[in-house]
Amino acid sequence: MFGKLTLDAIPFHEPIIMGTVAAIGLGGLALVCALTYFRLWKPLWSDWLTSVDHKRIGVMYIVLAIVMLLRGFADALMMRSQQALASTGGPGYLPPEHFDQIFTAHGVIMIFFMAMPMVIGLMNVVVPLQIGARDVAFPYLNNLSLGMTAAGVVLVNLSLAVGEFARTGWLAYPPLSELAYSPGVGVDYYIWALQISGVGTLLAAVNFVVTIFKMRAPGMTLMRMPVFTWTALCSNILILAAFPILTATLALLSLDRYLGMHFFTNDGGGNPMLYINLIWAWGHPEVYILVLPSFGVFSEVVATFSGKPLFGYKSMVYATLCITVLSFMVWLHHFFTMGSGANVNSFFGIATMIISIPTGVKIFNWLFTLYRGRVRMTTPILWTLGFLVTFVVGGLTGVLLAVPTADFVLHNSVFMVAHFHNVIIGGVVFAVFAAITYWFPKAFGFKLDERLGKITFWFWMIGYWVAWTPVYALGLMGMTRRLDHLDNPVWHNYLMVAAIGAVLILFGILAFVAQILVSVLNRKALADVTGDPWNGRTLEWSVSSPPPFYNFARTPHVLTKDAFWEAKKEGVPTEPEPAYAEIHMPRNTATGVVLTAITVALGFALIWHIWWLAIASLAGVIVVSIGHSFNENRDYYVPSAVVRKTETARFRKLSSQEV
Amino acid sequence: MSSYLRHALRVLAVLIAPLSLSGCDYALLNPAGPIGAEERSILLLATALMLIVVVPVILMTIAFAWRYRASNKAATYAPEWEHSNRIEVIVWLVPCVIISALAYVTWTTTHRLDPYRPLVSEAKPVEVEVVSLDWKWLFIYPDLKIATVNELAFPANVPVRFRLTSSAVMNSFFIPRLGTMIYTMPGMETKLSLMADQTGSFDGFSTNFSGDGFSGMNFTARSMSQEDFQAWVDKVRQTGSVLSHPAYRELAKPSEDAAVTYYGDIDSMVYHDALNKCTDGSACIDQQMSMLSARDAFGDPALCGLAPSKGL
Repeated sequence: MFGKLTLDAIPFHEPIIMGTVAAIGLGGLALVCALTYFRLWKPLWSDWLTSVDHKRIGVMYIVLAIVMLLRGFADALMMRSQQALASTGGPGYLPPEHFDQIFTAHGVIMIFFMAMPMVIGLMNVVVPLQIGARDVAFPYLNNLSLGMTAAGVVLVNLSLAVGEFARTGWLAYPPLSELAYSPGVGVDYYIWALQISGVGTLLAAVNFVVTIFKMRAPGMTLMRMPVFTWTALCSNILILAAFPILTATLALLSLDRYLGMHFFTNDGGGNPMLYINLIWAWGHPEVYILVLPSFGVFSEVVATFSGKPLFGYKSMVYATLCITVLSFMVWLHHFFTMGSGANVNSFFGIATMIISIPTGVKIFNWLFTLYRGRVRMTTPILWTLGFLVTFVVGGLTGVLLAVPTADFVLHNSVFMVAHFHNVIIGGVVFAVFAAITYWFPKAFGFKLDERLGKITFWFWMIGYWVAWTPVYALGLMGMTRRLDHLDNPVWHNYLMVAAIGAVLILFGILAFVAQILVSVLNRKALADVTGDPWNGRTLEWSVSSPPPFYNFARTPHVLTKDAFWEAKKEGVPTEPEPAYAEIHMPRNTATGVVLTAITVALGFALIWHIWWLAIASLAGVIVVSIGHSFNENRDYYVPSAVVRKTETARFRKLSSQEV
Repeated sequence: MSSYLRHALRVLAVLIAPLSLSGCDYALLNPAGPIGAEERSILLLATALMLIVVVPVILMTIAFAWRYRASNKAATYAPEWEHSNRIEVIVWLVPCVIISALAYVTWTTTHRLDPYRPLVSEAKPVEVEVVSLDWKWLFIYPDLKIATVNELAFPANVPVRFRLTSSAVMNSFFIPRLGTMIYTMPGMETKLSLMADQTGSFDGFSTNFSGDGFSGMNFTARSMSQEDFQAWVDKVRQTGSVLSHPAYRELAKPSEDAAVTYYGDIDSMVYHDALNKCTDGSACIDQQMSMLSARDAFGDPALCGLAPSKGL
């Protein structure tokens, strides 16, 4: 009846896990009570969960990502403290089977359920506004994409309370991830969480590629697109090309595990090297899927706060395109030590280094945007400066790792771990914080508190360097990754310092949470009435903050890049227009939520071999999907009177502000 | 008070230590053999080449942000300036030149330090067959007919030629002070040549996560004088136990923090059979493969279906 699922699957004997589960349960209960007390269930349902508005979907993606940042960071604190405590010969407080799940979950969560939703959320909020569109090309699909990502999140977190998570490392290399060596449900949670959220990611990419190609405002040629939109386009093209590889690879692994096939097993002609090639053929582009939009964020921020156009716009675009193509030609650098010949290793090493050329060009272009500017030292620009200083060091160590003969001693060391944290924290996370501070007023109508923003920045910046410099050093001493205990008094000192760094980053996260709370309380004083709080350059700043649900009362006509900056020179309208046309908009739908719920059941059933439920929920997914295709009541027209009323209210507010 | 100060100084020392890279603790910067030495030079050279870009970028970031801060009205402000052919050429050209130099270094050193390439030496190399087991290391000396667990010994200034495989999951064989690591994979063989140019004991371990016992999967690599090595071999030989197929199967069962074990004699097929997944008497991979290729060549229907069958 319940497949492999029994009561034993709940780890009652693990106090740390049960404590966490209890805390999550209590938190969830508190949330339910609060929603009920403040009568928020209905707005939550009709304004958010069933919404097809790209701005709201974007915000939900980012909220999801922030929650998962907390979970992933809790894992990080546990690893840092375990290594600090268990580096003088003792066992520490985490047994291997628990520690192994933690480092696997940390990697999976931070990449798939923190960084990806964060980046896709930002694209959702920003891209349609930047290109002068009223929504994405497929609004319902957008809602469904979010739902599939959330379903993956639910499964990963469920593994905490019911069963276990994979103990294989975040890429689940076989043969360790095969049934023979991982007989539990951990790897199955891994497979289905990633497969389901992967569907969401792929659909999101289809949506954004079509949106950017087909829905730009008249006059916005490709070479007039804001750089963030350019990087979003390249990132989504990469998703389209790379994620199917991940899907196929995990499908082969599940065939091995579920149907006794032998793609990657030790016997029956299987070969784990095939998996490792395939997973990195997805995995390396994945890095650029995350970092390209981050580069886009810095490009927007640095131009806006320097009061200058981005230096070398064309260079920037071509550099982005170079990176997009090259990112598919370097995957083998993740396993130079697997016995490939010198020609193959050299080819992939040199291809990897070549990526640093367009990346270097970008860095110089940001620097020359600052040059002869009027740089306002706001929080977003601090993150950008912190990024420039931090990221180049990550670039340096990355090029070291790209030299096969250096990688022969650095591979799998904590030096390598420090390198990718250097580029992901210094690149992606710093960009995300810059982006949240920069676009927050656009999404919510008020700015974030600057003082707490700066405190957040300095804790993260100093915390990053204190946490990871000693780890670089440990790598040069020969320390390898994923050790749950070791015995080395010298390394112990460095691990203590690294743990202190992690605590500093914790303060950074707390300061960020405080920043949001304080800003919400002070929202009247921080209000952004103009819609253009930073003297921005691109179209998203031309509408009110938050924008009306239809974004643009009249589709803008674009004559140059930095369209809004140029329009401001001519003078922006101060009065509503005499007449507005009615606006064609998509209707909200509950289908995405329904499909998400059924898909969670499907994933859970597959993980625990509950076949009747798997068949029933798969049938449910198919029936609901087909059923929805017969729903023709998907769109409506906003009457011109409503548009006029909204716009008039905005201009009244504007003029009252000026007086 | 003084203990506080001492503690603070120690923390400070640890914070600063990464900047001074000469300490003996840095295994990769303190190599004990020619491969490691060359890899250290490459590390330092590549770092120096990259610093040509990294240092100016950091300085320019700080200088530009300071000079062009909004409150500094004395600085030039060029609100429309967004392009300069001269700067664009420089920012594309400088990285290109540096990467060209690095690419040359990469190509030549990757070929010279190919782990499969035998080391040039007048001494006759020591052959060692390595099997990574869950979770310990088995070293077989086929020419000396001895084997050890978690202890590897060899004479200094003599190349050691490793052939490596794994019994169950992937691991990676690494002795940081000697250089180059290499994966060990089930059913496959990798090769590696290393040499120590001094005597001493060096840490060795797996760098590829392989399950619960991974953290304890350590061994000692002992580089000795010829005489000491001979004495060591004699000592190993004096132990009575034999690395036979049953002994191997027993050893291959998962165990954590395994003690050093010596085998005074070996069944010389153990490594072959471990590599070809047939220590339990099933069909060896190499035999299956040759049968499959015979079938492909001659189309003999009698051989069809033999490949995966056990107990050949």
